Amino acid sequence: MEQDLTKVDEIVDKYESNDESLIQILLDIQNEYRWLSKPILSRVCDRLDIPLVRAYHIATFYKHFSLLPQGRHSVSVCLGTACHVRGANRLLDRVTQAIGIEPGQTTPDEKFTLNTVNCLGCCALGPAMVIDGEYRSNLGAKELAEIVAGAD
Amino acid sequence: MAKLKSLLDLEELRKSIVAARDPSKLCITICSGTGCHAYASEKVAEAFSSEIEQRGLSGKIDLRRTGCHGFCERGPIVVIFPDEICYLSVKPEDVSEIVSETLIHKKIVERLLYVGDDGKPISNENDIPFYKSQIRIVFGDNRLIDPQSIEDYLALGGYAALAKALFEMTPEEVIEVIKKSNLRGRGGGGFPAGIKWETTRNAPGDAKYVIVNADEGDPGAYMDRSLLEGNPHSVLEGLIIGAYAIGANQGYVYVRQEYPLAVDNVSVAIDQMRELGLLGEKILGTGFDFDIIVHRGAGAFVSGESSALMTAIEGRVGEPRPKYVRTAVSGIHGRPSNLNNVETWANVPLIIKHGADWFRGVGTEGSKGTKIFSLVGKVKHTGLVEVPMGMPLREIIYDIGGGIRDNKKFKAVQTGGPSGGVIPESLLNLPVDFDELSKAGSMMGSGGMIVMDEDTCVVDVARYFLNFLADESCGKCIPCREGIQQMLVVLNRICEGNGTDDDLEILTDLGDMMRDCSLCALGQTAPNPVLSTIQYFREEYEEHIKNHRCPAGVCKELINYYIDPEKCQACMICMRNCPVGAIEGGKNIVHVIMQEKCTKCGTCLEVCPPRFSAVSKLSGVEIPEVAAGGIKVR
Repeated sequence: MEQDLTKVDEIVDKYESNDESLIQILLDIQNEYRWLSKPILSRVCDRLDIPLVRAYHIATFYKHFSLLPQGRHSVSVCLGTACHVRGANRLLDRVTQAIGIEPGQTTPDEKFTLNTVNCLGCCALGPAMVIDGEYRSNLGAKELAEIVAGAD
Repeated sequence: MAKLKSLLDLEELRKSIVAARDPSKLCITICSGTGCHAYASEKVAEAFSSEIEQRGLSGKIDLRRTGCHGFCERGPIVVIFPDEICYLSVKPEDVSEIVSETLIHKKIVERLLYVGDDGKPISNENDIPFYKSQIRIVFGDNRLIDPQSIEDYLALGGYAALAKALFEMTPEEVIEVIKKSNLRGRGGGGFPAGIKWETTRNAPGDAKYVIVNADEGDPGAYMDRSLLEGNPHSVLEGLIIGAYAIGANQGYVYVRQEYPLAVDNVSVAIDQMRELGLLGEKILGTGFDFDIIVHRGAGAFVSGESSALMTAIEGRVGEPRPKYVRTAVSGIHGRPSNLNNVETWANVPLIIKHGADWFRGVGTEGSKGTKIFSLVGKVKHTGLVEVPMGMPLREIIYDIGGGIRDNKKFKAVQTGGPSGGVIPESLLNLPVDFDELSKAGSMMGSGGMIVMDEDTCVVDVARYFLNFLADESCGKCIPCREGIQQMLVVLNRICEGNGTDDDLEILTDLGDMMRDCSLCALGQTAPNPVLSTIQYFREEYEEHIKNHRCPAGVCKELINYYIDPEKCQACMICMRNCPVGAIEGGKNIVHVIMQEKCTKCGTCLEVCPPRFSAVSKLSGVEIPEVAAGGIKVR
């Protein structure tokens, strides 16, 4: 299926086709499409009149970008220092077990994407995680299983 | 609002805002920083809003969503003015009672107050021990301001420092005041801001830039976010004053994409400033033009380094370059560019307003003013604290932080994030400032302070930071890219019980090489977490290497879980909860962990009822044999 690139054009227009805004453009596209496909990156580079490699350099350098489709639900486990000393690794073990994938992966049904992050900045909740924008503190195996089963 | 075209316009506007406010009017403030937001503060705010409406109190009571108050451990925090009654851990279901008791009948809801060690409840926020010994000159206004309201900032005297700089001082005089104050950069190295400003001002070139570094990447540190999120105008006012002093007409705020609320609040603040004519051409009717662009970072720790950050602003990959020529001379597009972090900029309006001598009145010989720390980890009161430079670590951790959680023993505190080091108990009386921390083998960094207890393994912590840095090193220079990898190989092998007698020497040699040869500060300081732990906790490394024992019971490969047959009551709880079915036994039959199946997740230890405490972690010893066939419970 061909991707609809209308939004890509709109975003490039918003930044007045300025290649200095390349990172900002890619951030907006990532937030809109949840990933950066080759057709998307090609279109951006055509519009900005820059080589494709410049977009790939940025897309592979920064953590926020994904070159693969992301799941409908995003799960991020915080591995910041405060969470680490409070048992973030054990939480991560439980999460990988509950969803059945490793960090950086997406489930085959594109339901969940699991990531680790280096600090959510809510250390009082540690070990913390975010599920679709909702912050949760040290969830147990049972609660995690319920969340996984309850997601559409 | 109309554009302000003169000093008089600004003062008139301020007067009209202040006149319209009644300081004795009831006002509910709700901390809505990211931490409290995670605790569902928005639901509490909505509950207040509908409760006020239902009771017909609209117009009689103000409701304000403020920035972070700091005491994150007990969020969401609600403070009711004018009496400053502070309620902690407030839930939506508490709201109705607060409105009827406190707001209508002037009674205090005792169960929501902070209770001191002596069992007495404390109602005023400022009397809570967590806040009592803090000096909150930079962070204090957070609790009074709705970050999306420029009126709130103006009501507290906002932009008066800008007016003072523009109308009463020359750019050179502004720089002199900052130099005299000895304000040092709060982002890491502690370089004197005034000297940096002067270098940028004197550097050749017409176009110059000023930048706010809000790419706070240290895991476990979030003070810059809370400041930018909670009081964006204080940072932006500092930035304009800096631009005026340096001679820049363009500014940038480089803020992490991971901080959506900070991006929002700072963008709203910039729009409001433009509307009022505090940004744009001829600010307040003077000849000074200035504007600000927000640039979001896409997630790279190394991009917080000054040259890398400036490259990213140009729309290219944020990698550092050798700084034979400083960014103050050649930064964005090769033009002189002055970068300071959020907290540094937020200090500027205060110094201009109150003078250098006022600022120098707090702090130590070499480090003036206050510093905001993010006090986290195994401490009782997690939160953001602002203390005078020079306060001993012990006071910060015990008097403000309330000591260690769960009655455990203090082991070490890590400061400075991945570039810093750990400080052991013997140095707890160390006064915290830039120089003392460096002398102890750590550094101030941006202000992360991670408290560790006896259950924290320092070798594992060193490995944790190296893992982080291996991921974040841009790979441009070999000492950093390969050095971190090799250090990590050695640390992994120590944590897995395969360390050799030479390993500590290898780590030290690698560390020295990286410190001397790496391109940027990331690589130069990367060995610090390892070297400082070897310096203060050598015996813990040796236990791992020689006796294959992890004293804190953290390193997975060196521990085993064990159920004491004398204590096990065969309650089946651990059996049912074990995610891999590694526990054998049954009703009335003592449970046994099958070590070959066990993934060491620790669930059994967590769920074993405390009155039995049958599960323990063993390290460096043989696992006692348990008789086959099952033992009956005694």
